[in-house]
Amino acid sequence: MIKIDSITKTFDVVKSLNDVSLVIEKGSIFGLIGSNGSGKSTLLKIMSGVYKPDSGGIYYDGVSVWENSEIKRNVVYLSDNQYFLPNATAYDMMRLYKSVYPTFSVDKFRTYLKSFGLDERRKLTTFSKGMQKQVSILLGLACCTEYLFCDETLDGLDPVMRQTVRKIIAAEVADRSMCVVFASHNLKEIEDICDHVSLLHKGELLFEAGLDDIKLGIHKIQLTIPKERQDEASAELDKLNIVKKEKRGSLFTIVARGDEEKISEKINALKPTFVEFIPLTLEEIFIAEMEERGYEFDSTIIG
Amino acid sequence: MLTAVLMYDIITVPTQVVQLIRIRIEMQKGEIKLSLITVDLRDRKQLYEQIIDNVKNLVLTGELVQDDKLPSVRSLAKELGINPNTIQKAYTELEREGIIRSLPGRGSMILADKKSLCGERKDMLKEKMQSLADEMFEIGITEAEFFCIAEIAWKNRKNGGVSHD
Repeated sequence: MIKIDSITKTFDVVKSLNDVSLVIEKGSIFGLIGSNGSGKSTLLKIMSGVYKPDSGGIYYDGVSVWENSEIKRNVVYLSDNQYFLPNATAYDMMRLYKSVYPTFSVDKFRTYLKSFGLDERRKLTTFSKGMQKQVSILLGLACCTEYLFCDETLDGLDPVMRQTVRKIIAAEVADRSMCVVFASHNLKEIEDICDHVSLLHKGELLFEAGLDDIKLGIHKIQLTIPKERQDEASAELDKLNIVKKEKRGSLFTIVARGDEEKISEKINALKPTFVEFIPLTLEEIFIAEMEERGYEFDSTIIG
Repeated sequence: MLTAVLMYDIITVPTQVVQLIRIRIEMQKGEIKLSLITVDLRDRKQLYEQIIDNVKNLVLTGELVQDDKLPSVRSLAKELGINPNTIQKAYTELEREGIIRSLPGRGSMILADKKSLCGERKDMLKEKMQSLADEMFEIGITEAEFFCIAEIAWKNRKNGGVSHD
C-alpha cells in the first residue's frame, strides 16, 4: 500500500503539486489522469523517491521512500523518455538493471525480448524509437518489483505491442498482486485497464474513486415522451438527482445520479414511448464531475 | 535400445515433453477454451458485465454445461489483456448469482444449467418484445400487421427456422 500524504512541490515559482493526498492499495491498477503539466510525472517521481517533496511524504506500508534504498529496490519508474548507457546493447542494460534490482529475472527478460523479436546484442541506438521504448518497458517489467509506475508508457507503441504489454502487465498483477500506476492523458486507455482512477488538475487532486463505483452511481438515459405530456414529464424528471438534461424534439437525454432501479422505476412511471439506459464513458463521467465542482472540463485537452 | 532412444528424446527436446504433459493435464481438467470468452473494448458496457453476459450466453446456448471449468482469473486476464480485478469481480458476481461455483485451489466451475437461466432470459425478452410492440403502436401499426410481422420474423429466424415448421 502506498500512502501519499499531503505532498506539495514547487519548482522556482511554479507550484507543481499542491497538497495531494492519496492511498493506493496493493494489487490494484491505478490510473492517474491529467492534462499536460498537471503534475502527473512530478507525482510519480516523488513517489519513486527521485524528487524530494517540499512538504508531506510518501509511505510504503508505513515506511518513507526518501533516501531508502530498501524500498526503492521494490519500485520501478518507467519514464516517458528512456535513458540507455552510451553504446549499450539490451544485454548491457540487463546487467546494469540486475546489479540494481536484486529481483531482476534474466530468464523473464530474455523471454520477453524473444517474444517482441528484439536482439539483445544489437546496439540500442540502432533501434527505432518505439523499439527503444519496448526495451525500457521490458527492463522495467523484468525487475519483478512490487510497484510499477508507468509514465505515458503505452504512448508511442503500436496497437499490437500495446496489447502485448497489457497482457504481460495483467498476468503480473494476477501472479504477484503487483501494484501498477498508469499516468496518462488517454482516458480510454485508463478506462480499459484501471480499477481506480484519479484526476489531477493544475497540481491539485480533484477526484479519486473506484471505476465501478462511479459508474454504478451515475446513469445516462434517453427517453421519448409524446408532445402532450412533455411539460409535465419534464417537471417530474427534475425531481431526480439530475446532473444534466437535454431536450431535442421529443427526445430527452438526461444524466442522473442514484440507484439504477429507482431511476428506472420513476422513469417508467412517466410512460415514455422509448427508454434506453446508456452506460457512460469515463470521459462523460469526468465532464459531469468537473462541472459539478465548478470546473470547465475541456475534453479537447484530455483524451 | 528403446529406453535409450526415449532418454535421448527427452534430453534433446525437453520443451516438447513439458508441453505434451501440460496439454494432457489441461485436457483432463476439461478447462474451457479461453477464446470462448471475449470482450469488446469499444463497447460502452462495463468489461465485467460483458464477461458475465458472455458466460451466461455460453450456458444458454449449451456450449458450457454443468461442471465445465472456467479459465483461471490469471489466464483470462492475460489472454484479454485486462485487469485481473475486473475478471475477479465478474466471477464473484457469477458466483453470487449461482451460475458458477468457485473452490479454493480448484478454480471455478459451471453450476447452473440451461433451464435455470432460461426463465430470467425469457423475462428480459418479453420486456424487449413489449417495448417493440409499444413502438410499433406509436407509429400506427395495426394489431393484424403486428402479428403478421411477428409471424414472418418467427419463420425467418436464423437457427433451424425451417425444420421446426
